[in-house]
Amino acid sequence: MSLITTLARLEAVSTGRAQPAATVRHRHLSDHPLVLVPLTTAGEAGAPLGALVGTDRDAPQLLVVPQPRDRDLRFAFLSELADIVLPYVDGYAESVEAAERNETDPETGKRVKVEVELCADAPQLIVPSRAGVDFLRLLGRSMRFRRTAEQDPETPYPAPPRVPLLGRWLTHFGERARMPGSSLLPAMTDLLARHWSTGQSTLEDQHLGALLAWIDPPEGRSGAEAALEAELARDEQGQLRHPPAGPATDPAFDNKLLAPAFERYDRARTALHAAEDGLEADDRLGALTAAEEEIRGLVLSRTRPTWDAVWHGIDLLRALPEGAHVEERWTRDRWSFTGHRDRVTAGEPPQPRRDDAVTAANKLASREREQARLEAQEALDDPLVMAGRRLAGEAFAGEVTDVVMTYSEGKRPSPRPLVTVRTEDRPHLGERAKVYRSLGGKPQSAEFVGYEDSAEGSPEGGALIVLKILDKMGRGKEPEAGSVPEKGDRVCFTLFEHEQRGGAKLPEPEDTPWTHGGPPGEAVQETADPVTPEDVL
Amino acid sequence: MPLPRTRGTALRQRLAELRGPEVPAKALDARALAALAANPGCKRRAILDGAGVNKTALASALGAPSAFGQSQFALTRGNAFEAKVKADGGAELLRLVHERLDRGAEPPAEAEVPDLTAIGPEGRTARTALALREATAGAWTLLDHPMLALDVAGSPAFLEPDAVVVHPDGSWTVVEIKSFPLLDGSADPSKVGAAARQAAVYVLALEEVAARLDPAPKVRHRVLLVCPKDFSNLPAASAVDIRKQRAVTARQLARLTRIEDIADTLPEGTCFAPDLPAAELTAAVESVPATYAPECLSACELAFHCRDRSRAEGAVTSLGRSVRAELGGLTTVEDVLAAARGETGDPDDPAVAALRRAAELRSEALGARPEVLRRRPETPEGPAEALGVSACR
Repeated sequence: MSLITTLARLEAVSTGRAQPAATVRHRHLSDHPLVLVPLTTAGEAGAPLGALVGTDRDAPQLLVVPQPRDRDLRFAFLSELADIVLPYVDGYAESVEAAERNETDPETGKRVKVEVELCADAPQLIVPSRAGVDFLRLLGRSMRFRRTAEQDPETPYPAPPRVPLLGRWLTHFGERARMPGSSLLPAMTDLLARHWSTGQSTLEDQHLGALLAWIDPPEGRSGAEAALEAELARDEQGQLRHPPAGPATDPAFDNKLLAPAFERYDRARTALHAAEDGLEADDRLGALTAAEEEIRGLVLSRTRPTWDAVWHGIDLLRALPEGAHVEERWTRDRWSFTGHRDRVTAGEPPQPRRDDAVTAANKLASREREQARLEAQEALDDPLVMAGRRLAGEAFAGEVTDVVMTYSEGKRPSPRPLVTVRTEDRPHLGERAKVYRSLGGKPQSAEFVGYEDSAEGSPEGGALIVLKILDKMGRGKEPEAGSVPEKGDRVCFTLFEHEQRGGAKLPEPEDTPWTHGGPPGEAVQETADPVTPEDVL
Repeated sequence: MPLPRTRGTALRQRLAELRGPEVPAKALDARALAALAANPGCKRRAILDGAGVNKTALASALGAPSAFGQSQFALTRGNAFEAKVKADGGAELLRLVHERLDRGAEPPAEAEVPDLTAIGPEGRTARTALALREATAGAWTLLDHPMLALDVAGSPAFLEPDAVVVHPDGSWTVVEIKSFPLLDGSADPSKVGAAARQAAVYVLALEEVAARLDPAPKVRHRVLLVCPKDFSNLPAASAVDIRKQRAVTARQLARLTRIEDIADTLPEGTCFAPDLPAAELTAAVESVPATYAPECLSACELAFHCRDRSRAEGAVTSLGRSVRAELGGLTTVEDVLAAARGETGDPDDPAVAALRRAAELRSEALGARPEVLRRRPETPEGPAEALGVSACR
């Protein structure tokens, strides 16, 4: 955390309200996001309890597993979820625009431009918290290797159709969520914490209710009070007034409300199976439905507040103007979405359990590159972020006090103007360090020449930095108009590069060196997780 | 004539007084110890744990109840899994130990599972030590829920690992059984870390037992972590190297302020019995200093109480340890803000200078600094330009 964010947090403590941590919105927000509030069962891996899901804030769909340990009910839930999520995802897969991509021609080995399709927009799934992202990734893993009866008639416990496909999509969304700056599957707590600093620690910011209370406290109350209530207040029955955003539920809820409801449901189901004639069965079916309704009510009561909170967060974020580079990063998300769409249509197998060495190294490298890109772009988009970089000595802003025209030595002298900038920042400039400024969206580079003595009795403090502008001045002998700062201009130079270069190219997977396990060999069809008798609940 | 009181019984007496008459002592488990070692500077936690005070009850009595609880679903599932792992005299468990840690040894065809039942924790500790001494050389022995004692800041803590295995070569291995899944060979790192810290405490306690034997058997520094495999409840195991956690925990346990020293600083008649009136309890708790940090929220039952206090004092640590580290000698919110506004503080102090610069840059970026405008009235651009808002584009 930089000192500027720390200061914002302290101001939040002192004023009782969250303080801005950004002046623009740094993440893309879809006009039609799909909000998903999942709940899970404690102690079981990947056993959903229910979910509230939909694109219409006034009409969420409630999905419930009345007995999470029952495999058939779990499959029914996942199948219903697939029926909501997949049509939403498919809706974005159809509308495409033409785009170009650089590819290596397999015959000549040259880089050529290829016409490809790019989806015009991409789906966006929003979950309440980071734990929700992890849970979707887990669900994706639990589903993608399942086989349907159609794929493999021999498979025991076949999955309903489309469930494996949902698994592959959730896996893709979950993987993409690890990419810095990606917005395919954001967590609301992360989005809010990026744009506001609260008067509590980052650990406590993981609580969506408390975070929102700091940012937008109810009338007449301080954020601190409201956050405390959101975190801890319980009703007469000992239940939290503001249920946690999940997917884990409060143990008091599990023990006092959910467990008895499950028991009633189990009993009603056993009674129904034991019914001897139609009339009795009818009665008992009624009891079973009532028991199921009760569980549905319980799940709704724990997910609805979170659902509303997520939409509240969306409202707050929409009020912020979008940062200039957000669209560009969203285009990368669209590429990622299009890429996976193509892999699914091409009939490729689901993502493997473990990546091979080259894929893993590529993923890591691209995440590092995206992280650097995100940091640079956020600083360029947002003066508040840039202020943090200036404080850290990674950028400086100031006024141009002098411009002297010089030329490069060589056959064709090019302009190399010397620009003197007065700044109060203290950049860490090494000898001949390169610095960059944004000129019409493109980086213009300059070289640090030296400090000038400001001993002329200038009333203003600060250092005088002399820079030599190196490029973006056109081909002529005289620099193009507007390409060189003029005296009196306010300029801002960064020590970091604005655009990220890709690293060294990695070998093809079949050329993986022995140090990294050698070539991965023939791709084998990953088998579904074995079904053990212990699994049958 | 009363017997002369030794230092040990005097301390025990004193701790019993602190706990309150007729309040049974709460045993210090490995989880609490690992949490204590994570915040070794907290005297409040040290004395309360050392005296065996039930912190959950204390927190409720103080009006800041802890939020810890375990769902019965998780409990049932965890117990069922542990029972499954240890079924058939621990055959599956020993197979995993053999496969993961000791492939060179004889495969465990049959193992001894000594009976460890005894009365009271001391009795069980003695019984465990006996079973460890008598473990036959050249055979596998499984100790199911043994009891170990560890001296913590001057008072004994009794610990109960899930299992300890004696290898045919005489060395000992700690086994931790957890119910979080091992998914495609990897598990949640924070949970594995917690399990490793816990296991490190058991290893330290076992080493004390081993040191009393001649020749002293080796306590292995690779423990076996057993978790459900993927989405099933079949056991999967992984060897976890806990040398680092062991070293850290050993160092921090040694650093813990002696409990008797803390006890000596308390005013006469201090008592933490949860049935006392809240005001009296608060005063008693306040008489021991705490070092609250947000990490306490996930480890200590008293965290909400300490957080309230820390916030009321305006301590910057309540925003995180890293925040505190950044601000030099300034420890309260108001101090920092006053220094940032330029009202107090020495401008030559680097922390103060950095703060002022940060405050200046922040308000400049937020567009709330009229001085900037006033200083440069000749600027031809609009106000936003002059503020540097879009200068970076």
